Amino acid sequence: MTETLTEIRSVVVERELSHPPEKIWRALTQPQLIAEWLMKNDFKPVMDHRFSLRADWGAVDCQVLALEPNRALSYSWGAYGLESVVTWTLTPTPGGTHLRMEQSGFRPDQVQAYQGAKAGWPRFLLELEQLLARMD
Amino acid sequence: MPDSHDLLFRTLADPTRRAIFERLCRDGEQTVGALTAQAGVSQPAVSKHLGLLKLAGLVRDRHQGRQTHYCAQPGALTPLIDWTSQMAGFWEDRFDDLEDLLKRMDQ
Repeated sequence: MTETLTEIRSVVVERELSHPPEKIWRALTQPQLIAEWLMKNDFKPVMDHRFSLRADWGAVDCQVLALEPNRALSYSWGAYGLESVVTWTLTPTPGGTHLRMEQSGFRPDQVQAYQGAKAGWPRFLLELEQLLARMD
Repeated sequence: MPDSHDLLFRTLADPTRRAIFERLCRDGEQTVGALTAQAGVSQPAVSKHLGLLKLAGLVRDRHQGRQTHYCAQPGALTPLIDWTSQMAGFWEDRFDDLEDLLKRMDQ
């Protein structure tokens, strides 16, 4: 269960989009476009660039960690004392793009080691539920 | 992220500590001695990890004679599960907004 408990700290959202990767890349990296779907920001598509995302509930401190135009983007995401990393992956498909977002509760220096981990937390939840049932 | 969440995340971030907690989840109540035999670290180190797990509400201890028994409190993981669900919901909403934007970019 060690792996699954680690992975409970990651959130993965994936979607098939009927748009080309280049266009999605613009929406992910141009500040005025990012503001339309995420938050107000001072993002720049430059390695190590520090930026913040602002919403009415507060701000998120970020830094660009990886940048591969039209393919992958990764930035740290620090809010409320939690250091996590958000990684976007764009994979071309016949109908457009498979877009994947993973937010993992890891420090930036660990992101390399963490890449490629599967989100096993639903399995963990199942184990947890079974355990709780046994405990009654 | 409230402090209790922060404590929970930090407590579970240490692999040795997490392994002790998982063992208690899997195998039920254990003495410090039994946990030490499996942990690959010294008894004082195991005791220290257990103290931190107890502080985060992840384990409960029970004294019996000269032995202390520990058992897992998996319910303490609820905030972590809630947080994960909330973040998943947040990103699902962002994806919806992103799709709307992509449609508008065509026009």
